[in-house]
Amino acid sequence: MIIPPPSPRPQTPPLLELVNITKRFGSFVANEKISMKLPPGSFHALIGENGAGKSTLVKCIMGFHTAEEGDIVIDGHSRQISSPHDAYQYGIGMVYQHFTLVPAMTVAENLVLSNPAVPAVINWKMEMDRLRTFMKTAPFQVDLDTPTGELAAGQKQKVEILKQLYLETKLLILDEPTSVLTPSEADEALGLIKSKVTAGELSVLLITHKFREVFGFCDEITVLRRGKFAGAGKVKDLTRDDIAAMMMGGQREARTSGKSVRERGPVALELVGLHANKDSGVEAVGGVDLAIQEGEIVGIAGVSGNGQRELVEVIAGQRPATSGEVRVHGEAYRSTRVESFNHKVFLLPEEPLRNACVPQMSVAENIAFRNFDKPPQTRGGCFISRKAIRGAAQELITRFSVKTRSTETPIGDLSGGNVQRAVLARELGPGTARVLIAANPCFGLDFAAVESIHNQITEARNRGVAVLLVSEDLDELLKLADRLLVISHGEFVYETTPAEADIKTIGQHMAGH
Amino acid sequence: MNAESIGWWGVPIGILAGAIRGGTPFLLVSLGECLTEKSGKINLGLEGVLLMGAMTAYAISYKSGSPWVGVMAAGIAGAVLGSIHAFLVSRPKVNDIAAGIAMLLFGTGFAFYLGKPFIQPSAPQLPGISLGGWSHLPQIAAALKISPLFVLGVIIAFIMRWVFRSTRWGMQVRAVGDSPAAARAMGVSVSKTRFICIVAGSAMGGIGGAHLSLFYPGAWTEAISSGQGLMAVALVIFARWNPVQCLWASLLFGGAQAVGPSLQAVGINTGYYLWNASPYVLTLLVMIITCSNKRTLAGAPGALGAGS
Ligand SMILES: Nc1ncnc2c1ncn2[C@@H]1O[C@H](COP(=O)(O)OP(=O)(O)OP(=O)(O)O)[C@@H](O)[C@H]1O
Ligand SMILES: [Mg+2]
Repeated sequence: MIIPPPSPRPQTPPLLELVNITKRFGSFVANEKISMKLPPGSFHALIGENGAGKSTLVKCIMGFHTAEEGDIVIDGHSRQISSPHDAYQYGIGMVYQHFTLVPAMTVAENLVLSNPAVPAVINWKMEMDRLRTFMKTAPFQVDLDTPTGELAAGQKQKVEILKQLYLETKLLILDEPTSVLTPSEADEALGLIKSKVTAGELSVLLITHKFREVFGFCDEITVLRRGKFAGAGKVKDLTRDDIAAMMMGGQREARTSGKSVRERGPVALELVGLHANKDSGVEAVGGVDLAIQEGEIVGIAGVSGNGQRELVEVIAGQRPATSGEVRVHGEAYRSTRVESFNHKVFLLPEEPLRNACVPQMSVAENIAFRNFDKPPQTRGGCFISRKAIRGAAQELITRFSVKTRSTETPIGDLSGGNVQRAVLARELGPGTARVLIAANPCFGLDFAAVESIHNQITEARNRGVAVLLVSEDLDELLKLADRLLVISHGEFVYETTPAEADIKTIGQHMAGH
Repeated sequence: MNAESIGWWGVPIGILAGAIRGGTPFLLVSLGECLTEKSGKINLGLEGVLLMGAMTAYAISYKSGSPWVGVMAAGIAGAVLGSIHAFLVSRPKVNDIAAGIAMLLFGTGFAFYLGKPFIQPSAPQLPGISLGGWSHLPQIAAALKISPLFVLGVIIAFIMRWVFRSTRWGMQVRAVGDSPAAARAMGVSVSKTRFICIVAGSAMGGIGGAHLSLFYPGAWTEAISSGQGLMAVALVIFARWNPVQCLWASLLFGGAQAVGPSLQAVGINTGYYLWNASPYVLTLLVMIITCSNKRTLAGAPGALGAGS
């Protein structure tokens, strides 16, 4: 018998049990007989490599997918959750891996719309008052009147977390919430959430790839591997290596490419007095000058929303510069397809599914974007060979270990980390890059993938590629960059090298002091 | 009743009258299209809906003797056509442009087929609302005798603006149109929302047709629409998907339609046909001006034209 959800929502965290959950997509088994238990007031980590089935499992809890087999048991009763609204009624809420904000709506509209308790006719004055009161106690501040489409990834993520706090969710599922936050922002956010857990007001199920967060905040852990249960336990009884072994099934070869000492070549990428606006017309990049030599990685650190996104978009050709110029190898560069091909400029933008993919097109087609019109993919100047496209894609899929059912799967169906890998395969696969621009390239990747991408970037540098690395992960920048710039309010405010870097000073400049 | 007595004043008065009279079908159809597009789908079939509405309104008004029953029937006819379109586009891999063109041809053909017997008889017309009683000039009085459906359109425009801004349902429609994935994550049914929007939008288009046959020009002929249903699509873009701006844009298009006839009324015949082309030229200009290489248009629903 199916019991309808309780009509006043729970005031305390529920006890959630998953029993033998199986979820298939066609013949592909994404989750196979997975069980776990989340007592009230626990902080539970769910980890596993890219494509292990973590997002799929929690989407079953949210009613976004329906599991073919198994039970979702809440406070001892087997329940059917067939939509996110049902989940809301049980006090369950989730921050999704891909953003679920409506881009054309303001932050305030998004928050209000997400709240099922808001009446059919909205009294904006009252709602705004409530929102402002809520924002006073919120862990981070976001301007309520900005359309969310104009926010950088990090800010969007903050809005997503704020949304759940605003909805008074009792069981919060976080799908890689901190990938786009700086470590200090992540600590702040998780710290605040942790204090609510400790007070017994909240349970959390956290999907993450960061061991730091597992050991810093979580009590218990469940590990998935290839859709199956691979282990569980109390965090305090486990070591990093135990968990890594569960994730990878013991087989894992560690390999770190060191930076070679090499003569730097001539300047490859140059930004001269670059200005650019946000969509709203407000200036986002305010006169940026930068020269990157061949064989050099220049890192740009900053809190998201300080012009990084617009800067990368200008170089990518997605946004016009209001003044100033981008030069590559001394020539003006307007990022046309021909220019990027001739100068071998490659790009890993943030939110790759949005900025570098066509979600409905297949993995093979997406991987072929750079070269589908060149031989051997195109023969005789105009005949596209699907076979050659598939073959080339298959080779890259294997080499970059992209987990996909086939080359013909729509890329939008891939797990978050695998979308990232597919784009990487396209951009770094041919190995011909001379200039590489990477924005948060490790957003949402498991540790093995992070390591492999860091190696790829370092190797590219060692080959003489000029790399611009924009990242909100300071550790990543300190590890990879030869030179580090801090961006604040659209301008470079501080320059240092990782060797001399002082985290505190960098932090102060990032915060705009 | 001749324009000479007020001389050149006849031109602006004629254009004003034309803006309101001729703008009414634009207004109702563009509001319907605006609602449809806000939910992320396009309905090019509204031209067919317009004709179907005009024919139905005329026929039912003739049979029943009440123009208001005719207006209601036109709305229902529009909704029925709309529900076919809505059903088609809810199927996977059905392109809304192609389905819209099919519905356009179907609606037009069907209206002509059913409307044949009603070309001759004269049906009771909608009463006009006289706002020009203060003036002793018959031209002004005539110009300000407006269609009750224009008033209805104005009311709908303001209601729609309020709905999009201040009701949960209106915001859900915007969410569905802008980011279906986000709407789904909020538990909103994308297909249901789109169904309702397309059906309601088509009903408005049908009522726009009733204005054509029951007020101005006030008869059922096959040449009654001259593409207004299609121009309304351009108009919605021009109005930036804002219902109240649809009102101003409709008046502009309606006025443009009246330029030729008003000039002719004061005796200027040169370029009559050229002037008559002005709404189409305006449509083209709108398309050219609003077509920009910078991002998507501000206000454009994000899912418009996407396969999802
Ligand atoms: N809608 C879908 N249709 C078909 N296959 C899907 C769909 N969603 C996910 N999959 C497949 O299921 C598998 C598990 O995906 P899932 O998103 O759960 O991985 P994940 O553990 O969250 O990985 P990541 O860490 O990269 O986010 C992947 O191989 C993916 O391709
Ligand atoms: Mg995932």
